[in-house]
Amino acid sequence: MKRTAILWRLASALVAAGFIAAWQLVANLKLVSPVFLPGPDRAWAALVRGFSAASIAGIALGALIGSSRMMRAYVAPSLEFLRPLPVSAIIPVAIAMLGLTQGMALFVIAFGAIWPIMLATVHGFAAVEPRLYEVARSLQMSRTAIIAKIALPSALPDILAGMRLSLTVALILSVVCEILAGLDGLGHWVLLSARAFRSADLFAGVILLGATGYLTSIAMSLVEQRLLAWQTAAR
Amino acid sequence: MSLDRTKPLLLPLALVLAFELWARLTHLQSDSLAPPSAILAALATALADLSIPIATRDTLFAAFAGLSIGSAIGLALGIAFGISRPLDRLMEVTVEAIRPIPSIALLPIALIALGFGYRMEIVIVAFACVWPMLIMTRSAVRSIEPRLMEVSRALRLSAPQRIAKIVIPAALPRIFVAFRLSAGIALIVAVTVEIAINPIGLGAGIMLAQQALRADLMLAYLVWIGAIGYALNMLLIAAQRRLFGRAALAGDHP
Repeated sequence: MKRTAILWRLASALVAAGFIAAWQLVANLKLVSPVFLPGPDRAWAALVRGFSAASIAGIALGALIGSSRMMRAYVAPSLEFLRPLPVSAIIPVAIAMLGLTQGMALFVIAFGAIWPIMLATVHGFAAVEPRLYEVARSLQMSRTAIIAKIALPSALPDILAGMRLSLTVALILSVVCEILAGLDGLGHWVLLSARAFRSADLFAGVILLGATGYLTSIAMSLVEQRLLAWQTAAR
Repeated sequence: MSLDRTKPLLLPLALVLAFELWARLTHLQSDSLAPPSAILAALATALADLSIPIATRDTLFAAFAGLSIGSAIGLALGIAFGISRPLDRLMEVTVEAIRPIPSIALLPIALIALGFGYRMEIVIVAFACVWPMLIMTRSAVRSIEPRLMEVSRALRLSAPQRIAKIVIPAALPRIFVAFRLSAGIALIVAVTVEIAINPIGLGAGIMLAQQALRADLMLAYLVWIGAIGYALNMLLIAAQRRLFGRAALAGDHP
C-alpha cells in the first residue's frame, strides 16, 4: 500500500518533469538563471510583519465582536458588507496617505489579510457548541476564561482556515505593492526582468514566487496539524 | 423587527456622519481624504459623464470573460480528474506546482506575451479562476454516490452520456458554489491587474484619480468598486438559493 503510494508520487513527479522538458523544448531558451534577486529579504519582512499584525489584530477583534451578541448585531453586518470589496482597491488610497513606502506595503498587506481572519473568528465564535457555554456558566468562569478556554480552542479550525486564506491574499498584495511602489522584492524583480525582456530571469522569479506560495501553504498545514491534533484524536 | 433591520445600519451611518462633521469642522484639506458629501458628489459627476460606467463595463467584461474561460477549463479538468483516479495522481505534482503561483505574478509574463489590454487581463483572471473550480469540481465528482455510477454502468451509458446525465447533475450544486467563489476572485483579480499595470477599467480609474490628487474621486471609485463587489456577491448567493435551495449549502464554506 505504502509502496504503491510512493510509486504514484514518483510517476507524478516524472510527469511534471516531462512537462518541464517539453516546455524547455518549446521555449528554446535556458530557463533558470542562477543569478538571483537583489533583496527579497526586505520584501519578506513586509509580508511577514503585515501578516502577523493582521493575524493578531484579526483574532483579537474577531473575538471581541464574536463573543458579544450586541456587537454581533451592530458590527457584523458592516463587516459582511466590506468582505466582497476587492482589497487591492485600497492600494491607491494607501499610496495617497502613506506614499510609496514600506509602510504603505505593510498597511495594505495588513488591511487585506485582516478580513478573512476576523470574519472567520467571528463565525467560529458564533458557532461554538452552546452546551459548552452552559458548562462554563455552571462552572462560573469569567468572560476572559470563557474566551481563552472554550471559545478560542473551538473556533481554532475556522481561524486557521481564515489565516490560510489571508496568507494567499497577503502574498498577492505584497507582489502588487512591489510592482506599484518599486519596492525591493520578487514582484519588482519580475517586472524589471519583463521590461528588459530577460525572460529567463522573469520565469525564474515567477517559479520562485510559486515556490514561496507552496512553502507557505505547507507550513500552514503543518501548523494546522500540530494545533488541531487534539481534535482529530477526539473524533 | 424594524429595530433588528436598522441595527446593522446604525454603525456605518454614525461613522459617515461623524466623518462628515469632523471634515466640516476642521475644514479638511487633504490629498487622501474627502468628506462623504464630496465623495457622493464626485460619484454622481463621474456617473453622469459616463467615465465610471465605461470603466465598469471594461472591468466586468474582462472579469466575466476570464471567469467563463477559466471556469470552463477548471470544470473540464475537474471532471476528468474526478472520474479518472490514475490521471489525477499523474497530474498531482504538476497541479500542485502551478496552483500556488500567485495569479498576479503572471502579470509580467502576460505583459510580455500579450501587451496591455483586455487579452492580458482575461488570461490572468482565467488562470486565477481555474484552480478553485478544478479543486472543488474534483472533490464534488469524487463524492458522488457510488451507486449512481453503478446505475450508469448497469445502463451501459457511454462516457459522454455518463458525464452529461449523471456526473454533472449530481455535482452541480457544489460546482455552483465553486463558480460563486471564482466569480468573487475574478473581480478581485481584474481590479488588481488594472491597479497594478493595465490602463483600462475601474482599477486604472482609481489609480488615475489618486495620481491626479483627486481624493474625492478616488474614494468615490473605492465606494463604487465596493458596491459592485457587494452586488455581485448578493446576486450569486440569490441565484444559488433560487437554483439549488439547501442542496448547495452542504458543501459551502461559511
